[in-house]
Amino acid sequence: MSLSISLSINGAARDIVLDDVRVTLLDLLRERLALPGTKKGCDRGQCGACTVLVNGQRVNSCLTLAATLDGATVTTIEGLAQGDRLHPVQQAFLEHDGFQCGYCTPGQIMSAVGLIAEGHAGDDADRIREGMSGNLCRCSAYRGITEAVQDATRRMTAQAAEDAA
Amino acid sequence: MSVARPLPHDAAPLHVSGKARYVDDQPMPADTLHLAFGLSTIAKGRITAMDLARVRAAPGVVAVLTADDLPFANDVSPSAHDEPLLSDGTVHYLGQALFLVAATSHLAARKAARLGDITYEEETPILTIDQAMEAGSRFEDGPVIWSKGDAPAAIAKAARTLSGVLEMGGQEHFYLEGQAALALPAENGDVTVISSTQHPTEIQHKVAEAIGKPMHAVRVESRRMGGGFGGKESQGNALAVSCAVVALATGRPCKMRYDRDDDMTITGKRHDARIDYTVGFDDDGRIQGIEFVQMIRCGWSMDLSLPVADRAMLHADNAYLLPNARIESHRLKTNTQSATAYRGFGGPQGMIGMERVMDHIAHALQMDPVEVRKRNYYAPADTAVPDRTTPYGQEVEDFILHEMTDALLETSDYSARKQAVAEWNAQNRFVKKGIAFAPVKFGISFTLTHLNQAGALVHVYQDGSVQLNHGGTEMGQGLNQKVAQVAASRFGIAMDHVRITATDTGKVPNTSATAASSGSDLNGMAVKVACDTIRDRMAGYLAETHQADPATVVFADDTVTVGAATYSFAEAAALCYHGRVPLSSTGFYKTPKIEWDRVKGQGRPFYYFAYGAAVTEVAVDVLTGENRILRTDILHDAGTSLNPALDIGQVEGAYVQGAGWLTTEELVWDARGALRTHAPSTYKIPACSDRPPVFNVALWDAPNREDTIYRSKAVGEPPFMLGISAFLALGDAVASCGTDYPSLDAPATAERIWHAVRRVADV
Ligand code: FES
Ligand code: FES
Repeated sequence: MSLSISLSINGAARDIVLDDVRVTLLDLLRERLALPGTKKGCDRGQCGACTVLVNGQRVNSCLTLAATLDGATVTTIEGLAQGDRLHPVQQAFLEHDGFQCGYCTPGQIMSAVGLIAEGHAGDDADRIREGMSGNLCRCSAYRGITEAVQDATRRMTAQAAEDAA
Repeated sequence: MSVARPLPHDAAPLHVSGKARYVDDQPMPADTLHLAFGLSTIAKGRITAMDLARVRAAPGVVAVLTADDLPFANDVSPSAHDEPLLSDGTVHYLGQALFLVAATSHLAARKAARLGDITYEEETPILTIDQAMEAGSRFEDGPVIWSKGDAPAAIAKAARTLSGVLEMGGQEHFYLEGQAALALPAENGDVTVISSTQHPTEIQHKVAEAIGKPMHAVRVESRRMGGGFGGKESQGNALAVSCAVVALATGRPCKMRYDRDDDMTITGKRHDARIDYTVGFDDDGRIQGIEFVQMIRCGWSMDLSLPVADRAMLHADNAYLLPNARIESHRLKTNTQSATAYRGFGGPQGMIGMERVMDHIAHALQMDPVEVRKRNYYAPADTAVPDRTTPYGQEVEDFILHEMTDALLETSDYSARKQAVAEWNAQNRFVKKGIAFAPVKFGISFTLTHLNQAGALVHVYQDGSVQLNHGGTEMGQGLNQKVAQVAASRFGIAMDHVRITATDTGKVPNTSATAASSGSDLNGMAVKVACDTIRDRMAGYLAETHQADPATVVFADDTVTVGAATYSFAEAAALCYHGRVPLSSTGFYKTPKIEWDRVKGQGRPFYYFAYGAAVTEVAVDVLTGENRILRTDILHDAGTSLNPALDIGQVEGAYVQGAGWLTTEELVWDARGALRTHAPSTYKIPACSDRPPVFNVALWDAPNREDTIYRSKAVGEPPFMLGISAFLALGDAVASCGTDYPSLDAPATAERIWHAVRRVADV
């Protein structure tokens, strides 16, 4: 049985025929759409390496069936920067060296973008640590990760205030 | 100079944009085959029948191989040729590879791999340390015993004695990127392998054996790993060999990766162990004699277990002078995953045994545990003392823990906090606090002396850009960045002129694994040698054409100054090219001074020691055993750090991983030998919220007394053992519930803590 869906991925409209209706968003991205920036760490919703944004919300793409995404807007790590200009969260991870091996990084960054949009954590380190605890980092680059999220939150809040003024 | 600077990882821009490629991210040709193993479902026995008809008939399956189909060597062992890629009919552990499926997709291969119809003649497996000791199931003929002085006599004469047992669990690496490899068939029956490996030369060697060709027919590349921690030193062999064999058999590219559950079920982990100790000491807490019996569970094949167990013995003293010591090591063979290298390589197991003894003595004497430790420390460097030798006969020449300890106790405010913890505990019944100090002395060098060598290949192009390659592999530790800093410093150029290419057996041959924390020590030196060769040639030529002395040619700030003339580095490179100066060189380095007789247990296995110390404070809910780290202070010795930012990252990450090993990371096998904790849902590694909320990490900034690369020290493994302070702090909190010594085992899960509280509680 196959099924077609239309969705927006990183700003581009895509019509996709799913040969296997059980395919996950993660496998769709990595194996069919040549977007391997989103990583597979466990494939069962427990590590966060596969985090992407669906309609602005962070989700584990390994647990999301592609078939449920008709009409959705998906953003992956590849779609975050504006051309050469990094997203403030990417910039902050770069400046705070928020990684070692880098394998968890795309998921961390997407999760951080989601967390900041949720607006619950602010720049409070403890809340950020809680809010990011679904994204495992075996290298334990947690200091850099927390600082990067804090810093990006501040920058984005300042930017938003400036834009509003 | 580019060394000693806090520069970020070289691949940082790639990581934040999702463009850093790992093995499974490589674009593959459309006809690529995907591989999966069919796994045993029993822990020990013989296969009486293997019916693979359903596997072969499954959708997408192109080939199915058993041991009989392997054209040449059926072995993926890094040591003893005792590890068949596919079972030869005997089953040694639950999860062993029995057959290999090649299919048109990863999913098709995995689904088909489950359809094997296997009949076994099951035998009773040997799973635990007790069972193995009872059955005498071991590698080598008997235990290895090293001694210094006469421990039994010293213990018998000592004013006080005590003994105890410490059990410690293993540890899953949980590299976030699982094992993965791919192979591309080349002309002539050659093959190119891309592997997530810490040891490309080993992969090359095993693949060559498996395809019946010399090593020159196999090229192995490793760009980066999504974490290794020792788990990719030998455990990637099976995937790479499978891909190569099937690629040559079918003429199609092959790729293989383990899903997380398979990865955890198939691959080896840190060795779990039990340590029995008996110690004799005086009323001041000074050790007179000590006996350790280390029982190390090695799993089904030898893998790297012998050097791992050796290193546990080599760290049984940790930081303390043992006038009389006897260390007995049992390397036990069990029907479980073959335990393998893991950050610290046995050192943590040996060291925690000693730290347990220190704690136990302090408890028995009601002394401050720090004081007991200080009294037993090796003598400070450069003081005259009769004895500064380890139980294996190496002089500890560079001991700096006295100074480091004093500095850390001060900055962490240890005494006042120890007092505050006591007061808190006197007033609170249900939440108890604990605080502990632990030092680390870790020996640097491979204990197999011949592995302490490295090569590098450096090219200077005519436009002044530099490309370099070395035998080390990048797994997040920042090795490439450090090595590039060395090259930039030697040529006096900015970092962006230097490019490090993927580790490639075609460029630098006969490399050692990136392990034993030796990556930058060995490869940094080899790169320095290569750069200096080219620099000397350039200086010689430019001096000659300017009637100057070569020794006066200066390479700095992207320029080369010769006599009155100043050239940009690019201009200098172009001049040398036109002057027909060879601008490419290899470099080679071997560690000096080391020699080691492992049978006798005597010699100087280590070039130098790296030191560290930590103070950790914890809180424990005695009703549930739940616990938290409240604060950690670390002072770590990285010599003259090549890159303080990377080194501090290593120290923090290692501490958290070490604390994870000893607290939440619990591996559980059932009575059949099935690993029940084979996914992150049941195996708990530290998350962002588990990092200590107060975490002060500083580097002890003093040059290595040995002539290492820019006098730095290795930093990958030593700080892992700082995590022991978290374990000891939990023991301290439990001890406050009563008067008995808690004898906490590791990992100190909430459950074990709860039981320990019940044991010591006076109520
Ligand atoms: S891969 Fe999706 S959560 Fe781990
Ligand atoms: S950087 Fe390695 S897992 Fe996070």
